[in-house]
Amino acid sequence: MARITVTVDGVTYEEEVEPRLLLVHLLRDRLGKTGTPIGCDTSNCGACTVMLDGTSVKSCSVLAVQADGCDVLTIEGLAEGDRWHPLQRAFHEEHALQCGYCTPGMIMAALDLLRDDPDPSDEAIRHGLEGNLCRCTGYSNIVRAVRRGAQTMSGDAEAVRGR
Amino acid sequence: MTEELDAGLVGRQIAESGMLGEPAPDRHEVGAARRRKEDARLVTGRTHWTDNHQLPGMLHVAFLRSPMAHARIVSVDTSAARGLPGVVAAFSGHDLAAEQGGLPCAWPVTEDIVLPEHPPMAVDMVRYPGEAVACVVATDRYRAADALEAIEIDYEPLPAVLDMTAALREDSAKVHEAGNRAYTWKYAEGDIDAAFRDAPVLIERTYVQQRLIPSAMEPRAVVAQSEGDHFTLYSATQIPHILRIMLAQVTGIPEHRLRVVAPDVGGGFGSKLQVTAEEVLVLLLARRLGKPVKWTESRSEGNLTVHHGRDQLQRVALAADADGRLRGLRVDLLADMGAYLMLVTPGIPILGAFMYNGIYKMDAYDFTCTGVFTTKMPTDAYRGAGRPEATFAIERLMDELAAELSLDPIEVRRRNWITHEEFPYTTIAGLTYDSGNYEAATEKALALFGYDKLRAEQSDRRDRRDPVQLGIGVSTYTEMCGLAPSRVLGSLSYGAGGWEHASVRMLPTGKVEVITGVSPHGQGHETAWSQIVADALGVPFEDISVLHGDTAISHKGMDTYGSRSLAVGGIAVVRACDKVKEKARHIAAHLLEASADDIEFDGGTFRVRGTDSGRTIQEVALAAFAAHDLPEGVEASLDSDATFDPENFSYPHGTHLCAVEVDTETGATKIRSYVAVDDIGKVVNPLIVAGQVHGGLAQGIAQALYEEAVYDAEGNLLTTTMADYLLPSAADLPEFVTDRTETPATSNPLGVKGVGEAGTIASTPAVVNAIVDALRPYGVHDVPMPCTPERIWRAVQGATS
Amino acid sequence: MIPAPFDYVRPSSLEEAVSALADAGEDAKVLSGGQSLLPLLRLRLAYPSVLVDIGRLPELRGIRDEDGHVLIGAATTHDEVLRSPIVHAECPLVALATATVADPAVRHRGTFGGSLAHGDPAGDLPAVAVALDMEFVVHSPSGERVVAARDFFLDYLETALGPGEVLAAVRVPKLGEGWGFHYEKFHRTAQAWATVGVAAAVRVSGGAGGGPRRVEEARVALTNMGPTPVRATQVEAACAGVELNGSATGYAAATPNGAGPGAGLDTRNGCGPGGGHSALREASAAAAEGTSPPADLHGSPEYRRHLARVLTHRALLSATTPA
Repeated sequence: MARITVTVDGVTYEEEVEPRLLLVHLLRDRLGKTGTPIGCDTSNCGACTVMLDGTSVKSCSVLAVQADGCDVLTIEGLAEGDRWHPLQRAFHEEHALQCGYCTPGMIMAALDLLRDDPDPSDEAIRHGLEGNLCRCTGYSNIVRAVRRGAQTMSGDAEAVRGR
Repeated sequence: MTEELDAGLVGRQIAESGMLGEPAPDRHEVGAARRRKEDARLVTGRTHWTDNHQLPGMLHVAFLRSPMAHARIVSVDTSAARGLPGVVAAFSGHDLAAEQGGLPCAWPVTEDIVLPEHPPMAVDMVRYPGEAVACVVATDRYRAADALEAIEIDYEPLPAVLDMTAALREDSAKVHEAGNRAYTWKYAEGDIDAAFRDAPVLIERTYVQQRLIPSAMEPRAVVAQSEGDHFTLYSATQIPHILRIMLAQVTGIPEHRLRVVAPDVGGGFGSKLQVTAEEVLVLLLARRLGKPVKWTESRSEGNLTVHHGRDQLQRVALAADADGRLRGLRVDLLADMGAYLMLVTPGIPILGAFMYNGIYKMDAYDFTCTGVFTTKMPTDAYRGAGRPEATFAIERLMDELAAELSLDPIEVRRRNWITHEEFPYTTIAGLTYDSGNYEAATEKALALFGYDKLRAEQSDRRDRRDPVQLGIGVSTYTEMCGLAPSRVLGSLSYGAGGWEHASVRMLPTGKVEVITGVSPHGQGHETAWSQIVADALGVPFEDISVLHGDTAISHKGMDTYGSRSLAVGGIAVVRACDKVKEKARHIAAHLLEASADDIEFDGGTFRVRGTDSGRTIQEVALAAFAAHDLPEGVEASLDSDATFDPENFSYPHGTHLCAVEVDTETGATKIRSYVAVDDIGKVVNPLIVAGQVHGGLAQGIAQALYEEAVYDAEGNLLTTTMADYLLPSAADLPEFVTDRTETPATSNPLGVKGVGEAGTIASTPAVVNAIVDALRPYGVHDVPMPCTPERIWRAVQGATS
Repeated sequence: MIPAPFDYVRPSSLEEAVSALADAGEDAKVLSGGQSLLPLLRLRLAYPSVLVDIGRLPELRGIRDEDGHVLIGAATTHDEVLRSPIVHAECPLVALATATVADPAVRHRGTFGGSLAHGDPAGDLPAVAVALDMEFVVHSPSGERVVAARDFFLDYLETALGPGEVLAAVRVPKLGEGWGFHYEKFHRTAQAWATVGVAAAVRVSGGAGGGPRRVEEARVALTNMGPTPVRATQVEAACAGVELNGSATGYAAATPNGAGPGAGLDTRNGCGPGGGHSALREASAAAAEGTSPPADLHGSPEYRRHLARVLTHRALLSATTPA
């Protein structure tokens, strides 16, 4: 067992974990952060994407021990109370989700994309999201939502950081 | 007005506190692009997926799965697993044989169908790779996974049965004692021999509908819990109601002691229209161990054991006159059932039987389908279920006919389709299409697509012998959905009806609860039903909650599949609203001291005709709750139940046009543009409709280009992960141009048809037609699906060498 | 989905890492970013006894401009490589190929050294390593040794790294002036591994004042054309001395499929039948010589050989097109 300290959505946790425990299982099963779902076992689908120290990672492909001392932002930490993050609003406005299972990962991947490229072309959006699969939407509205989110976030450093 | 209302103390408090709802603003909700109510929990991660459940004392089960396609189980030894830390129990199929029953098939399509026993956990034989052969129940999922490796099983391998044609030969190894033919089902209309005799044009083709893995983003999960002799089962299912009845039958747990809940469900596309081995086993384990038990599948487990889709071999022949007019169509199908017949496995290809004629008129039609057992995962419903296969065949054939006659593919369709004046039209397959306008949808699509300009570019590229060729694919589809009229289902030997239920409850504060028997898993029913109810009752959209997916709340229903939710379930909601209004009218009349005949209802208010005197529906609801002053014989409270059973299917149609660029050097294809004009009748929410079309297109395009479940020569599934089973990402799909024409359905009061499957049904042939069109100068007549770069390259090589 | 148990060590120096690895014995594995290893663990295709996590060692991270080469620390992430001005200036082929590795989230964790040490011939970086003659700096209890790229990749998922050895850094030689680069990756979907990939570096002379341009030297290596990355030496030899006519078109680099909407299919139309550059096409005809490509779901050996020829031609065209 290993003792780790990890901050998730602003709360610091100390946990005893098996080295093999996946970060996503730490989040879901131990910390109750069930907003981050699991969609595959080969890191293809991206449903479990979270921000780890400010960049997107697939939490199914990170060991909890590797996140020791790190800061994790999940979909649950994105809104401030009832005030949604611009990307959450944009996904809602553009009907960029249906079953919503890919949505947490998709929004986190989009957040990462906009950190680098605040005004991406549609092609850049599509490539930036290539590690996140959606089976419902055909992606058209997701691309629109990211574009809309980018416009809203323009110049808003807090939103770009995710808080 | 409220002060006049005698609703007692509570009523006055409700009225004074401002809790009592007010009529909706004067607007039409039906037809508005309302943003979805569902999104609030989904975009914030406050979701309720089955795997989220953590219950006190909960145990986790993991299944050991057969590595063999076909084998006799000689022995299973779970003793070493039992001794491992955290392991509570381990079972083989023998251990559970006495209580596990058999998985149901609700659609025995013929009298003489072979219905093999289907044990949830294999006992003596395994018949497909991935079949559960043992399980471990442990205190957490890690320990359960570890203990699986301590189970020892001896198998005696048997030959895999993989190819349908070979499986039907006398000398084939048998999947089941009774042989590999599950059934043969026939339909014929018109004089098919006459139609083919001396036909000036005869086109015969064989198409392969490859096996697909539905790949809903949420893997399956099941949690079962016992409370004394009552049980609750949470499952990522599309069909909580059907599942409850079936689980009661399989396990012997009486229906009234079993509650099934479908919480948030992350997509289904037919794959969660099933009664699965795991649902049965998790429930049995919870009963046996007296503890909550959870199972969550991994993706690689799911690719093996979530039922697959399609997998048909289509031998088709089309006879036509020299001017392209259709004479007759022969269809001879082999449909791969896999190793067992699951919930509606045998019926899937039969759903297609009525669709091979598409939108066209012809003199004769002959259809035969043989269901074949193989040692593969059973097939069952996948988005479109039978209709995509049929549509693919006829739309591919129409393009082949056009090529044969050197006609434009649009023109050859025009010469054969049912014109808008001809509706209602009874087709050669015996369905009565109630409405449609194929001309209008096609005109609109051609304009949006820039058809003539793209044809000119195509001609230019052909002239230049450009290594990148342009192809244009046409698909003028229709489909039958809104499953289904109960009497039709009965005539097709289906095990249940196709009606749907809804109830509407006006609460004391004038807010509304709508209970629906359909079970959404991403479609947006909460939003759309709110829009319907808002208009029907004149209450604000925000004042409506839609409850679903829990048999303790929604006590009856037939669930969600076959694009039926709106065209059947939505109409049940309308009917329930009608009943509420009717009851409220009588109460309002009583309160207003008028005759019910003089009461009119508009904008959420009941008024005495020709006066200002009125009561809002919320006030009536409050009065009905207080029940201090109700008319004679009227029961307290304002609510209603209704069911709706359609008399006919609904028939969405449309014209899809696809332009692809094909790199003849590498075989790579790229969709240059895609236009979909769909006629799905009246629309409740255009935003949701567009989303359904987009998603449907993505799945249909993916069948054409990317997806295929592949078994090797030993019968092992090679595509067990998303790295091998290719799903398109945003970077692989184009922006879609979607539009609509609107010919209302005549079979229901909303005029709606259904949109969940249309995009998938239409798009696959549009894409393949485009690829073949691009390669026609090379002498190519077909490219098998998925049209991989290698297959396209080989088609070009084969044709030019 | 769930890895089998293992022990975990996070050493605080390379020296400690090497000794931890030595202590742990044969079943120990080095964990860098884990983006190849974790999926293998989760599918229980690997059962290491111990993971030695080198991902945070400062001495294994970073990119330095050194005399004659660029030094890339083994635990430097793909994302850091892509953000490095040194890489873009001195070894742009590394950046071109790295940009095609997996997806952004994987590139945030996956490391340059990890991709190479994994030894997957379908990975994009091994071909670049052999094309550029990179040098692998390897540490073990007995000290440091340097392995040339051509000696590093031994077989499928098998490298010259012995038990107890850690890849510490990679030296990427600077090629100097006059070179053009391209990495041509062909895959069925944006997420899919390369069916075939071609890394090309070409030195072209001339062209000033509209004069003739000539290929002086070419380096070509292939992804997924055998159990190891393959140098297409016959193509290289055939390219030397090829005169380029002036009709090269300035096409955008794009993958043939999965390029995203808007980007038309890229077949270098100006060079199709009847176009120029037939000498480069002829040179590319030898691309599949000596290869033993795999048969899998994405292509047969025959098709891969064909692709190798077509893609090599395209890679050479791109690499010789003036910026």
